[in-house]
Amino acid sequence: MARLTELLQTLLGTVTDVLPIALIIFGFQLFVLRRPVPNLRKVLTGFVYVLLGLALFLEGLEMALFPVGKLMAEQLTDPDFLRSFEHLGGAALDWWDYRWVYLFAFAIGFATTIAEPSLLAVAIKANQVSGGGIGVWGLRVAVALGVAIGIAVGTYRIVTGTPLYWYILVGYVVVVIQTLYAPRLIIALAYDSGGVTTSTVTVPLVAALGLGLASTVPGRSPLLDGFGLIAFASLFPMMTVMAYAQISEWWTHRGTD
Amino acid sequence: MASFRAFLITLTGSARDLVPIVLVIGFFQLAVLRQPIPNFLELLLGTLFVVAGLALFVRGLDMGLFPIGESMAYAFARKGSVLWLLLFAFALGFGTTVAEPALIAIADEAAAVAATGQMIADNDDARAAYALGLRLTVAISVGAAIVLGVLRILRGWPIQYLIIGGYIGVIVMTAIAPDEIIGIAYDSGGVTTSTITVPLVTALGVGLASSIKGRNPMTDGFGLIALASLTPMIFVMGYGILI
Repeated sequence: MARLTELLQTLLGTVTDVLPIALIIFGFQLFVLRRPVPNLRKVLTGFVYVLLGLALFLEGLEMALFPVGKLMAEQLTDPDFLRSFEHLGGAALDWWDYRWVYLFAFAIGFATTIAEPSLLAVAIKANQVSGGGIGVWGLRVAVALGVAIGIAVGTYRIVTGTPLYWYILVGYVVVVIQTLYAPRLIIALAYDSGGVTTSTVTVPLVAALGLGLASTVPGRSPLLDGFGLIAFASLFPMMTVMAYAQISEWWTHRGTD
Repeated sequence: MASFRAFLITLTGSARDLVPIVLVIGFFQLAVLRQPIPNFLELLLGTLFVVAGLALFVRGLDMGLFPIGESMAYAFARKGSVLWLLLFAFALGFGTTVAEPALIAIADEAAAVAATGQMIADNDDARAAYALGLRLTVAISVGAAIVLGVLRILRGWPIQYLIIGGYIGVIVMTAIAPDEIIGIAYDSGGVTTSTITVPLVTALGVGLASSIKGRNPMTDGFGLIALASLTPMIFVMGYGILI
């Protein structure tokens, strides 16, 4: 029973989120465009599906993945756990002692991105527009790898305490260089894939990891160093998606020569 | 009956999407941390909810969000009024961002950072005002980004010039913005694009690019989301400098 009330609350929350969007869409449709919506019943059913789907999705995440994921992020970053691998015990931890954290960051970044609904939406659209040239799975795996690398590098940054902007600066330079060489058709999509990766699933888990690390690593403040992981997760997919296009182009050329 | 079968196929797809998370969490919990999985039943039920929710969402995309985004793009292109189109673009960007829960959360944290760093007075009123100002800043910047992106599609400007220009803006602002705001500003770019905004905005861009002669939906249709995640970084650092 309590479960049902919670689900209803999540549903209510999703409806309030969608309300401004629905108002804008139907307002413009009725008063500016002044034409009936084609297949109105189907579109409305679709909206109801989206609302129900998102509410179920969020409630399920709250019940299952978030508690375990957050607990794991806390346990993995706990200095006592990290020391249990060392024979010396009590010595100061260096960056290599956090290797399980990097591996966890990589794995959870990859896994949550594969399940990210907005990435799925963009991948479906890209597949339709490119006439099947861009595979739904190819794009999702490329983006997920990017997020995985990004979050792993981001946790390394928190551990070592190096300034965020150096990483972002170098990342921008790499993106600009890749833009010069990548196939033109992929560029806009690659830029977009940076923004879509971080929403419902990834942000809460990644934020828990960042805050956990920043509050246990000596000399870091959660307020100043806990941020920045999301920025990494939006930067690296641009590189991997362009690399994916470059590699698949090279692959096809190799076949024809 | 056919639609039920289609739904079953979507459902298996969603279940497959979730396998990596289950594997990662299972592996770390059992092999690395060596602890039992708490509340196994709760976990199972939650996972079923997630699978069903994802499948419903995907069906809803195909029936509702994609078609309305595209049909509106076509209707605006046929109407031929650039002003209304840009107004719609701004409303869509602003309206979907201002109430975004992830943004509300990050704005509150940013206010806490600002109060600790003595940029604002450390009381509830000052923090609430700062957080609201930040939310409005981000929402306006997303609205502006969608307007710019739609203009780009209409005019056919290459996306890379806008993005590289944006990067230069980010770098310049990073050099002059207070240190406390930089991490938040970079993150605010990532949180603005929600699960409902992304499909709508993508469908709008692709629809516009395919209804205007001489535009390619692949090179011109995408890119709106990239702009919507870039401009907030610049605007938030600007907010940090002004306050």
